[in-house]
Amino acid sequence: MANAIVEAIRLAVTRIPDDVVLALEEAYGREESEIARFNLENILKAIDIGKTESIPVCQDTGTLTFFVKAGVNSPFLGELEDAIIEATRRATEDVPLRPNAVDILTGRNSGDNTGRGVPIIHWEITEGDEIEVAVLPKGGGSENCSALAMLTPSEGWEGVKRFVVAHVKACGGKPCPPVILGIGVGGSADLSLKLAKKALLRRVGEGHPNERIAGLEGEILGAVNSLGIGPMGMGGRTTALDVKIEVAHRHPASFPVGLVVQCWANRRAFLRIKPDGRVEVWQ
Amino acid sequence: MAVKLKTPLSEEDVLKLRAGDIVHLSGTIYTARDSAHRRILSLPREELPFEPEGAVIYHCGPVVRKRGDGYEVVSAGPTTSARMNAYLDEILNLGVRGIIGKGGMEVRSFKDRAVYFAFTGGAGSLAAKSIKRVKAVHWLDLGIPEALWVLEVEDFPVLVAIDSHGNSLYR
Repeated sequence: MANAIVEAIRLAVTRIPDDVVLALEEAYGREESEIARFNLENILKAIDIGKTESIPVCQDTGTLTFFVKAGVNSPFLGELEDAIIEATRRATEDVPLRPNAVDILTGRNSGDNTGRGVPIIHWEITEGDEIEVAVLPKGGGSENCSALAMLTPSEGWEGVKRFVVAHVKACGGKPCPPVILGIGVGGSADLSLKLAKKALLRRVGEGHPNERIAGLEGEILGAVNSLGIGPMGMGGRTTALDVKIEVAHRHPASFPVGLVVQCWANRRAFLRIKPDGRVEVWQ
Repeated sequence: MAVKLKTPLSEEDVLKLRAGDIVHLSGTIYTARDSAHRRILSLPREELPFEPEGAVIYHCGPVVRKRGDGYEVVSAGPTTSARMNAYLDEILNLGVRGIIGKGGMEVRSFKDRAVYFAFTGGAGSLAAKSIKRVKAVHWLDLGIPEALWVLEVEDFPVLVAIDSHGNSLYR
């Protein structure tokens, strides 16, 4: 099982998903400034090199986050956590990944991307006998632009839009635009941020199934792109490739908004573990 | 305008560059991130493992692979430079003439003495193509991303994003 997880990690960091590449190619076609095109051309070249040479496209192979949908009847539930940690160690050596786990007190790098609390694993219990794992390696530059706003209910969705646009503007070129924005609304402070991160697993170009939420995604995307920040913050039409919103019910007094900024290298891969031990890996 | 420059950079090299120019940089560059900056500034100049006069510092934490008794750089794009703003004036006071990074820095610090080169964030596999070899590594105790990597580059295509005349490409 650990081997299959290593392969999913390798796939995630060396190949940018097709939907993201398509969005970047479209952005390249839209940009007129030579500088915006310089940056997008470099991005497309880097993606190509990563794929053909099977090497990490971005040197920041991130903190590995795993979203697990664990079927209660899977015979592998008990060994999955150890397999994920073992795979993280092995992938660091084999892929290779950059060791990004640093002790919070001593500053010492563990050297293998594991340590207290990392890799990050989010569990969700589901019916059935299969396990589905999403791998999301996320870099520090864009993660540093994550934010939480505890709005008042009267601010509502207008407030969400204002907060997101102002925050993306303040971040400028730091998170490696064109970015993909994950927005979690409702629940609680912690749940909104978790939903925001989970939103990044959806394909670029795929709107929320709820029409009103999809409409809000489009509105925020338009507002962010009119900022003119552009690729790498040097001006242009494309500041964001997509906006993804996930929602939960909220407390009547609260309107929490979690914002997770994802750089253009929207890396992800998935694997499914069948009850007989067979594993499928895809992107 | 696209120009070829070789490190170490002179004051003259730097003053003729304008924001928006593309530079093909060759020679030796040094990686440094937060911890390496702190260490550079904590040591007396004669104890530094490199000559800062004319040097180019790359804000980068590479992915490296052991190769024989040395290292090979696999992927090496820039990290967010704004984190190093706090050290910028002191670093440039050492005679450093160029910084390579992403996202931009304090424009006024570069005035009349240095330039900020941008390379595309996330394009680490492409940047690695310009890195011909790892000449040395210092301070591995800081961890691989934070160590000071001495890299030989050839025609590394970077953009002058902040010039020494107060111009910046950042919005």
